[in-house]
Amino acid sequence: MSESGAAGALVDVNGVEKVFHRGSEDIQVLKDLHLQVPAGEFLALMGPSGSGKSTLLNLIGGLDHPTRGSVTIAGERVDQLTDHRLAAWRARHIGFVFQLYNLLPVLTAERNVELPLLLTHLSRSERRRHVETALEAVGLRNRAQHYPRQLSGGEQQRVGIARGIVTDPTLLLCDEPTGDLDRKAGDEILNLLQALNREHGKTIIMVTHDPHASARASRTVYLNKGQLTREPQT
Amino acid sequence: MKYMHLVWGNLRRKKTRTVLTLLSIVVAFVLFGFLSAIRQALTGGVSLEGANRLIVRHKVSIIQMLPIDYQRRMEKIPGVAAATHQTWFGGIYQDPKNFFMQNPVVPEEFLDMHPEMILPAAARQAWLQTRTGAVVGRKTAERFGWKVGDKVPIQSTIWAKKDGSFLWEFDIVGIYDGRDKNTDTTPLFFRYDYFDEARRGGTGSVGWYTIRVLDTSKAAQVANLVDAEFENSSAETKTEAEGAFVQAWAKQIGDIAFITASILGAVFFTILLVTGNTISQSVRERTGELGVLKAIGFTNGQVLGLVLVESCVLSLLGGVVGLGVAWLLTSRGDPTGGLLPLFFFPAGDLATGLGISVALGLVTGFFPAMQAMRLRVADSLRRI
Repeated sequence: MSESGAAGALVDVNGVEKVFHRGSEDIQVLKDLHLQVPAGEFLALMGPSGSGKSTLLNLIGGLDHPTRGSVTIAGERVDQLTDHRLAAWRARHIGFVFQLYNLLPVLTAERNVELPLLLTHLSRSERRRHVETALEAVGLRNRAQHYPRQLSGGEQQRVGIARGIVTDPTLLLCDEPTGDLDRKAGDEILNLLQALNREHGKTIIMVTHDPHASARASRTVYLNKGQLTREPQT
Repeated sequence: MKYMHLVWGNLRRKKTRTVLTLLSIVVAFVLFGFLSAIRQALTGGVSLEGANRLIVRHKVSIIQMLPIDYQRRMEKIPGVAAATHQTWFGGIYQDPKNFFMQNPVVPEEFLDMHPEMILPAAARQAWLQTRTGAVVGRKTAERFGWKVGDKVPIQSTIWAKKDGSFLWEFDIVGIYDGRDKNTDTTPLFFRYDYFDEARRGGTGSVGWYTIRVLDTSKAAQVANLVDAEFENSSAETKTEAEGAFVQAWAKQIGDIAFITASILGAVFFTILLVTGNTISQSVRERTGELGVLKAIGFTNGQVLGLVLVESCVLSLLGGVVGLGVAWLLTSRGDPTGGLLPLFFFPAGDLATGLGISVALGLVTGFFPAMQAMRLRVADSLRRI
């Protein structure tokens, strides 16, 4: 099935196909995939391992190019941008939250959150103010000077979210944000994402295996063998 | 500058590895500084002034003497502006380890020939008036605590006086300074007329001549004319540029420039491998982190720049510390107690050292930086 087109959707994935080449073998991960995500939506993307969830997230986030089809975010064809322009586009429009937090261990929480701001023209004091706001939003302002190794998994993920939202991106992409956390810490992260969506109108696409996590989203779509369905395939 | 905390953070990631690499760079640059000072000591000493000076020595060897009357004949040769002479005295002060050069000279001629030696006018006058007078360089005067008015005994290993004694006494009438660092201020010069009259043998002979040419570009022709003048005599001559003369001395222990270049080449090649390996390993270890940087918007060029800056900072830090240590150690002067009077780390070599440290950083960082730049974001994130 295909998610057909709400006009003016923030995210418009249209007829996307992704093929990986492994030696002489071609592996088709996504097949003629259509997906529209309106602004302000909290979308959960579920599916078994190898179904292509992360690949789709990478295409929407401009980390990879589709083999065929188009990816349009906020009216811009990201599949047609060069690597250099894509990097600048990501800095401006996308916030990433990773399963394993992916914080730089040599930097404090504050410095990790500041990273995306280094690519802007903000002054040091402006950057600091944005960082404080982001850390405040995830409830970690008092942990700003801690290094990742001094933080729990849940706290590290909250720092990851602060880094994802510090530039106030158009779209927040979360790749199994609770996948490495226990239920309690996972709930805290989901509460936070839900609050960002409801209270700040943030558009979120979250890849997850966990039905408990997807229940927090405003809509859930399933990916199976490279195609989207409304219901999980058994 | 806003990325420097990232660079420092990465260098602090594996402190032991960074410190060991840094130490190896420091040692390489200390060695560079020392070898520069040794090369300077052995091949330097020819100031710009020396460019128009030729040395005339006995064709067989420097220890064979030349007749004193050669001077007047030389002065008549076209292209020769002036001539003067020196003789190796080979003396020691109190102890054989107190080695420094002492030569008898004709004061006025000698000082006119060597304007790089700065002697106060009063001292010059006193030297002309004192038959046993001697002028000594600042380094040696400070080394032995000599001052004007002192009477210093020097034991010659070559020249006996008419009474059979090898002990000569000189009155210090002046202390000279060098116009620049390249001027050797260790020798002592005393009057030839006193020496020639007092010595038991060899009267009327000198060690070698220094001549000043009118036109530097015609120095080779003048040298040929000088040697032709004394051809088929009992004391044939060999005339060469002062620089070549000094370097011929140094070459008695080998080609210094080649030896130092070879050692430094080997050292820096090793450092290149050590530092290159450290940076490569560091980049491999944080493939995932580099992927994250790219994911949040760092361009390939910025990632390349970060790795290059990191390797340059490491190399420059090691270079600055190493060159600083070398500067401090060599600024204490000649470590041999007199054999290497011009032992110092030339400022030009210091600048070269800094240039080498930056080049080392760029070369060692180039391949890891390219490797980091080419990382595909999606692939590198999968490797976490």
